[in-house]
Amino acid sequence: MRPSLLIPRRQVLRGLLATAAFAATSSKLVGCSSTSTEAGSSGSASDAKPLVIGFIYVGAKDDYGWNQAHALGAQAIASLSGIKLVEQASVPETKEVQEVMQSMIEQDGASIIFPTSFGYFNPHVIEIAKQYPDVQFFHCSTLWQEGMPTNIGNYYADTDEGQYVAGRIAAQTTKTGKLGFVAAKPVNPVLRNINGFIMGARSIKPDIEMKVIFTGDWNVPVKEAEATNSLADQQVDVVGVHVDSPKVVIETAEKRGIFSSGYHTDQLALAPKGYLTGTAFHWGQIYKEYVEGLQAGKKVTDGGIPRFIQGSLKEKYVQMAPFGPAVADAVKQDATKTENQIADGTLMIYTGEIKDNGGKVRIPKGTAYKLTDPALDKIDWLADGVQGSVS
Amino acid sequence: MATEAIGWLGVPLGILAGTLRGSAPFLFVSLGECLTEKSGKINLGLEGTLLMGAMSAYAISYLGVSQWNMSPAISPWIGVLVAGLAGMGMGLIHAWLSQQPRVNDIAVGIAMIIFGSGLAFFLGKPFIQPQAPQLPSFELGKLLSSSPIVQSALQISPLFILGVLLAPAMNWFFKSTRPGLFIRAVGDSPDAALAMGVSVKKVRMLCIIAGSFLAGIGGAYLSLVYPGSWTERISSGQGLMAVALVIFARWNPIQCLWASLFFGGAQAIGPALQAVGIDKGYYLFNAAPYVLTLLIMILTCSPKKTLSGAPGALGSING
Repeated sequence: MRPSLLIPRRQVLRGLLATAAFAATSSKLVGCSSTSTEAGSSGSASDAKPLVIGFIYVGAKDDYGWNQAHALGAQAIASLSGIKLVEQASVPETKEVQEVMQSMIEQDGASIIFPTSFGYFNPHVIEIAKQYPDVQFFHCSTLWQEGMPTNIGNYYADTDEGQYVAGRIAAQTTKTGKLGFVAAKPVNPVLRNINGFIMGARSIKPDIEMKVIFTGDWNVPVKEAEATNSLADQQVDVVGVHVDSPKVVIETAEKRGIFSSGYHTDQLALAPKGYLTGTAFHWGQIYKEYVEGLQAGKKVTDGGIPRFIQGSLKEKYVQMAPFGPAVADAVKQDATKTENQIADGTLMIYTGEIKDNGGKVRIPKGTAYKLTDPALDKIDWLADGVQGSVS
Repeated sequence: MATEAIGWLGVPLGILAGTLRGSAPFLFVSLGECLTEKSGKINLGLEGTLLMGAMSAYAISYLGVSQWNMSPAISPWIGVLVAGLAGMGMGLIHAWLSQQPRVNDIAVGIAMIIFGSGLAFFLGKPFIQPQAPQLPSFELGKLLSSSPIVQSALQISPLFILGVLLAPAMNWFFKSTRPGLFIRAVGDSPDAALAMGVSVKKVRMLCIIAGSFLAGIGGAYLSLVYPGSWTERISSGQGLMAVALVIFARWNPIQCLWASLFFGGAQAIGPALQAVGIDKGYYLFNAAPYVLTLLIMILTCSPKKTLSGAPGALGSING
C-alpha cells in the first residue's frame, strides 16, 4: 500500500517547529561570528562611554588581500583607548550587509561604521544611512555625490604611485626583459595600477613590454594560477597583480621560479625568494586620523571631518611592502629616492605626454595631473607598452 | 632555445599543461558522480563535498606539520585521506536523507551544497592564511626536455595519474564484476534488483558514500596540488560542472575521463590566448566551459527522448 500523499497535520506542525527552531539557532550562530574586541584601559576611561566602531569585510580577514589590509587598519585603532571594535567578515554585497549594519547599530551600539567593500555602497550604505542619520558611515570609495545622505564620508588611497615604484624595481630586476600582470577586470582602479606599473618600468627601460591577463573576476584561483603559468610560459619573469587575494598568483610565481610584485598588503612570507615588493594599503593611518577627529567630537555630517579623504605615498596611506632578497641594493636606493621624489611633489607620474597602447595621446604634453585629480578617474585605457585590451 | 620566447607555441602548450594541471578535480568528482548515478541516485551536493575535501586536506596537511610534528612528506597524504573521509561523511548524510520516503535527491543535493560549503568556510577560517605543505609531483618534463616551460608543463601529480587509472578500472568494474552488475541493476530497475535479492538501499548508500569519497579526493587536489591553496572561492563551481559532465559523458567512466580533460583544458584557453596577444573577447573565452555546460544541459534535457546510457531509475523519488 502506498501511503497517502496528504501530509498529516502533526507532521506539518513538527516541521514548522523544527524550521522555527533552526532559524532561531542559526541566527544565533551568525551572531556569534561577529567578534568584538574591547581595548583601552578599562580603569581610567570606564566612566566615558567607548566609541563603538563597526568594520564589515566582504571576505576573510586574513586573505592576504583587500580584506586583510582593512583588518590590519582596524587592528591599528583597536588598541587606542576609548575605542570598541565590532567586526564581521565574509558579508556578501547583498541585503545581508544592511542587516549586519543594523545589528551593529542596534545591538552593539555602533555609532561609526566602516563598510569596506566597494559594492556595499549603492544601495545598501545609502539606505541604512538614511535610516540612521546620527550614525556616521565611512565608505572606502569616492562614490558620494550631492544629494546622498550627508552622514556618509568617503576615503580612498590611490596606489598608482606605489605601482610606479614597483614597476621601476621590476624593470631593474627582470632578466628576460618581459613583464606580466594578472588583473581581475578592466575597470578604472585596475587600469590605473597597470598603467602605473608600466610607466614606472618604462621610466627605466623605455622599450620594455608588459603582457596583461584579465581573469574576468575578482576571485577565481584556478584562472589566476593558469594566468600566472601562461605568463611564465611566455618568458615573463616579473608578475604584478591586482585581484582580491594575490596569494595564488604569488605562490604560483614562486613555484615557477619567477619574481612577483604584490598588492593590497605585504606578501613576502608567501614567496621568500621571488617577492620583490608590493603596493600595500596602510589604512591604519587613515583610521587613526578619523578616530582623532571623532574623539574630538567632529562629524562628517556638518563638515567637521572632510567628505573625501584621499591620499597616497605622501600621506602614508600607501606604503611599499618590505623588499625581497632579489632586489639589489642599488635598486632599493633608487626605489627610496623615487618614493621621496613622489612624496615631495617633484615627480608627478601622470605627466604628459602619455600615449595609450593604441598610439593615441591621452595626456598631452605640458599637462600633469595630481593623483587625486578627477580626470584620472576616467582612465579607461592601457598605457603604451601594455599588451592587452580593455574589452 | 630554452631562453627564447615560445610565442604561439605557448597556446597549445598552455592548454596541454592546463589540461594536465586542471582536470583532476573534474575527473574525481565526475567519476564519483558517475558511480552514484549508476546506482540511480543524483548527488548535486558534490560541490559542497569538494569544498569540504579541499578545506580538510589543507587543514590536516598544515596542522600535521605545525602541530603534530609530522614530516612534510607525509602530512599532505594524510590530508588526502582525511579529505576522502570528510567526503564520506558528507556522502553518508546525503545517502541517508535522500533515501527517506518522498524525498527528492535534487533538493537534498542543493541543501548539501549549501551545508558543505558553509561548514567548509566555517571550519576553514583559520587556514586561509597559513601555507600547507603540498603534494609532490612527478617531474616527467626533466626526462624529456631541458626547457623549463616544458618541464613545468609536464609536472604530473600522482593523484592525477591515480584518477586516470581509476576511469578504466571503474569501467571494468561496471562491465565485468558482480558488484558492478548489482549497481547497474539497482540503477536501471530497482524492482528487478530487489527480486534478485539485492538491497537497493544498501547498494545506493555505498555508491553515494564511495562517490563522495572520490569527490573529497578531488577537493584535496585543489588545495594541495593546483592551484594549491585554501580559499573560499577555490572550487568556483567546478563541482557542479563535474556533475554536468557525467551527463555529457553518458554515464561512461572512460568518457568521463575525456570530458574532464576537455574541461580542464578549457580553463587554460583564456589566459593562454591573452598571453600571446589575442586579447579581444577574453570574457567569451573564459566563459567557454560554462557555455559548453549550458549547451550540454540544453541538448540533453529534451522531454521527448531519453538519453542512451541513462540509468533507468535515475532520480526517481522513493515511494
